[in-house]
This record gives sequence, C-alpha cells and structure tokens, in this order.
Amino acid sequence: MAESKFFESDFELAADHVLRRWQRPALGIGGLALGASLLGAIVWPTQFYQAWLVAFLYWLGLALGSMAILVLQNITGGRWGATIRRPLEAAAGTVPMMALAFVPIVVGLPVLYEWARPDVVAHDHILQMKAFYLNKPFFLGRAAFYFLVWSALSRQLIRWSTEQDEEGHSERRAGRVHSASLAGLILYVLTITFAAIDWGMSLTPHWFSHIYGLVFGIGQVLTAMTLMIMVTAMTADRRPMSKVATPERFHDLGKLLFAFVMVWGYFNLSQFLIIWSADLPEEVPWYLDRITGGWQVLMIVLVLVHFLLPFGLLLSRSFKRNPKTLVRVAALLLVARYLDLYWWITPVFSPGHFTMDPMHVVTLMGIGGVWLWAFLTNLARRPLLAFNDPVVALELEKA
Amino acid sequence: MQSVVPVHGVMAEFDNPSEFVAAIHAVKEAGYEGFDAYSPMPVEEAAEAMGLHGSRLPLIVLCGGITGFCFGYALAYWTGVINYPLNIGGRPLHSWPAYIPVLFECTVLFAALTAVFGMLGLNGLPQHYHPVFNVERFALASKNRFFVCIEATDPKFELEDTKRFLQSLTPVAVSEVES
Repeated sequence: MAESKFFESDFELAADHVLRRWQRPALGIGGLALGASLLGAIVWPTQFYQAWLVAFLYWLGLALGSMAILVLQNITGGRWGATIRRPLEAAAGTVPMMALAFVPIVVGLPVLYEWARPDVVAHDHILQMKAFYLNKPFFLGRAAFYFLVWSALSRQLIRWSTEQDEEGHSERRAGRVHSASLAGLILYVLTITFAAIDWGMSLTPHWFSHIYGLVFGIGQVLTAMTLMIMVTAMTADRRPMSKVATPERFHDLGKLLFAFVMVWGYFNLSQFLIIWSADLPEEVPWYLDRITGGWQVLMIVLVLVHFLLPFGLLLSRSFKRNPKTLVRVAALLLVARYLDLYWWITPVFSPGHFTMDPMHVVTLMGIGGVWLWAFLTNLARRPLLAFNDPVVALELEKA
Repeated sequence: MQSVVPVHGVMAEFDNPSEFVAAIHAVKEAGYEGFDAYSPMPVEEAAEAMGLHGSRLPLIVLCGGITGFCFGYALAYWTGVINYPLNIGGRPLHSWPAYIPVLFECTVLFAALTAVFGMLGLNGLPQHYHPVFNVERFALASKNRFFVCIEATDPKFELEDTKRFLQSLTPVAVSEVES
C-alpha cells in the first residue's frame, strides 16, 4: 500500500462511541428478556415456541443476510462495500451463536409442526407420503448441516479478512476468498431455500410454493442491508470515518436497498399472482388465512411500509445520498421486516384471526439483545475499515 | 486576423482535469454565465462546479413512468371490461391483480423511452453543426484535452479582456472560436 494519511488505529471504534455504550445494556436487556421468555416457556409453552420461531428467524436474517452480502462483495469487489465489510463480518460472525437459538425449536418441534405429531400423521395420507422428508431425524440432520455450512463459511471468510489485516493483501489469498465466496453464494441460495422449506413452509405441510425460499433469502439480505446503512451512518459521525463514508457510498447502499425492496416485492407478487391466477383449493388457503380476521390490515400495512413508501422515497437521488434520510427508511424497513415474518409465520397458528402475544415481545428482545451484544462486540474487536482491502485503499486515497 | 468573422467565443485548452475544474470555478467566480466545458471523460467535479446536477430529466422520466402506468391501466381496463369482457374462472371483470405485470412493463417502457428522448431533447443532440469544431485542436476533446469555452453571448464577454482572463488561468492554449 502506498503511504497513507491515515493510520489503522484511527478507525477503531472509540471507547465513548454510542455503539460501544450500547453493548452492555443490550446484553442486560437481552438477558432479562431471555429469562422472561424461559419463564414464559414453562407457563405458556405453545405461545413461547410460536413466538420464538418468529424471533429466531428475524435475527437469523440479520446474520445470514450479512453473510450473503459479504460473499457478494467478495465476488464483485465493488466500491459500495468499502465501509460495510467490518459490520458485515461482525454480523456474519454471529451465525454459530444462532445455532444455540435453534435449540428451543428442536424441543418444541411437535408443538410447532404437525408433521412431527404421530397422531396427526396417522390420519393424514399426504403427510404419510411426505414422511420420507418430513421426519424428525432428517429434519434435525438438515438443520445441523445448514448451520455447519453457514458457520464454516462465515468463520473462514472472517479469518481470511483478519489475515489480510495482519499480513497485507496477497493475490493468492484474494483468489481463495473469491472462489470460496462463489461456492458460498451458491450454497447460501440452496441452504436458505431448504431451510425456509423446513422451518417455515413445513408449518403448513400440505401447502407448497416454489419461490418460498427465495422470498426468505431476499428478506434476509434486505434486513442485513438496513442494519449496514444504520451502522455506517452511526460510525460516520466523526472523523476519519466521515471521510470514507461519503455521499457516494450512501448513494450506493441506498441503491442496493432500493433494489432489494423491489426484488422483495417482485418475489412476493410472483407467488401471489400465480396462486391467485390458478385459484386451486390446495394453494389459496395460505392467502385466505392471511387476509381475513384482521390479518388483512397487517397485509395492507406491509404493502405500504415494506414496499410503496420505501419505493417512493428511494427513487430520489438526494434522499439516498443523505445519511439522515436514508437511515430513516432503513429503520422503517427493519421494523417492516419483523412485521413481514410475523405475517408469514403466525397466521399458521391462528388462521383468520389476528393475535399478538406478549411472548412475541420478550422473545424478540431476548434473542435481539444478545444478538446485538454479540454483533457490537465483534464490531469493536477490529478497526472499522479493513485497511488492506484494495477497495478500501482506493477510498482512502481519495479521502 | 479573423476580426471580420463573427466570433462564437474564446476557448482555453487544458491538459489535465484538475486545472480544468479549477478553470471552471474561476470562470464562474469571474461572473461569466454563458460558457461550456468539454472533456473526453466524465469529470464529476466539473459537472458539480458547473451546477449541472439540477437536471430536470429525472422529473420528466417520472412523469413518463406515471403516464405509462395510467396508459397500461387504461389499456387493461378497456380490453378486459369494456371492449371484450370475458368470464375467466368466475373472477370479476375488473381483476386488477392480473394487470400488475402489464402496469409494470408499461411503466418501465414509457420511463425508458422518455429517458432517451428527454435526454436528447434537453441536450440538443444530435446537432449537425457547432462552432467549437472550427478550432482545429478541439478534436482532442475526445482524446486527452479539456476545453472551456466562454461564449460571445455572455454580457460580460469582451474579446480581448476575456482572452486575457483565460490566459491568466495558465491553459495550454487560448483560441478564438469562429462562429
């Protein structure tokens, strides 16, 4: 690297930075809420498992979505990734921890999934035919495989990045990162498809939709991008990070967010339009359960806050270039992401009748607090910029 | 020597983008408004210095897109409800979910066409004649040289003064542009 005006240590997360100050409260609140959730699990086990599933999928989305954007950045090497590599790695680094959060789902398997209840399967011919795939040992084996792939991929990518910090850029390592990321992107799409089928779609085991996995995947990537925009805006509040997180970089992230919002809308509409057009009795109930008894209000809210409003706002160039406005729409989408998962999952347990249980709040805060703590701890461990990354070097030259 | 020929303006030639951008700033600061800049590649800072980012094109494209949306809806509604009503699976004639792909395509089509033709309309291309090409060295504007041309229509334009002013910006060359 050529002589630079900046030092790596300039980019460490300052001890008094708000992201550092959040670390301990996040763990505290998360711990308390987790305790409350586990207490709740004893008193209202059904509500607990149902709520835990939604909260688990939500926070898993941040971790896996970040991993997906990270491999995308490794493959394309675009300058848009200069400011977000470290936050992406920090979020992807929480993947192994999320395997722990999967444990309650394993315990509550028969409560959540009707294919795991022998008395239901005994009277259901379709479930008997599907039992070669939908059975407990295979389900658990698949879950273990997904977490193995995700953990191995994210850990290896982070290890290479740290090596680059310590030893400098090397073409040989860059080649390996590139190939691993290519394989990783393919593996991500395949595993998230099957994971979505296992954890989400098999809640209604008679029903099927081929685009289900992709809707899940783009949801995760979108969730992760909102977090990246927020973190970049928060760390850009002081020099020298503000020199690198320029309006151009926010413009890039805003454009990606815009694209992800549109892909989300496109995938969702694809599923809806095909089911609506065919109007088959084995397919439409999934939507009927979600557009009656109050659920339709949530659906309309989703169309507005998850698509129309962000779409309209993100059209504007100046809106995307201004971190203050971009952060607002990112925060809105981060909330909308939870509502979307809620609308996808919860109607299974309460078809045609809207419910909101306090367990949803505690589980969301429980997993979320601990997740945020782990994310912030990972983020604080290394400088906010991957100094020897060629993309970052380009930005520093310009700054 | 060409004092009898009406003058289009005075042109300064630069061999690097940073002096070129500095020159644009200087020209603006000196109070000139009727000037143009030519460069072989996009120079973001030059566009910014000239205040060119307030283009009306995005707004025009948005209007084109909205027109396309309305056109698509009218087309789908007219064919499906008024001109050729068909009962398909007992659905209402006005089944808007089925319109969405049509609406999307029409919006994109109209927006894209408006973008192309709006761009051509606003920048005045294609143009069969422009005086700047009377300067022989201007051919380099598509190779490796940068040009700033102050036009005679500017109220502050005064042939000798303007020439002297451009000279003061240390360009490679300053030349009169015949119109």
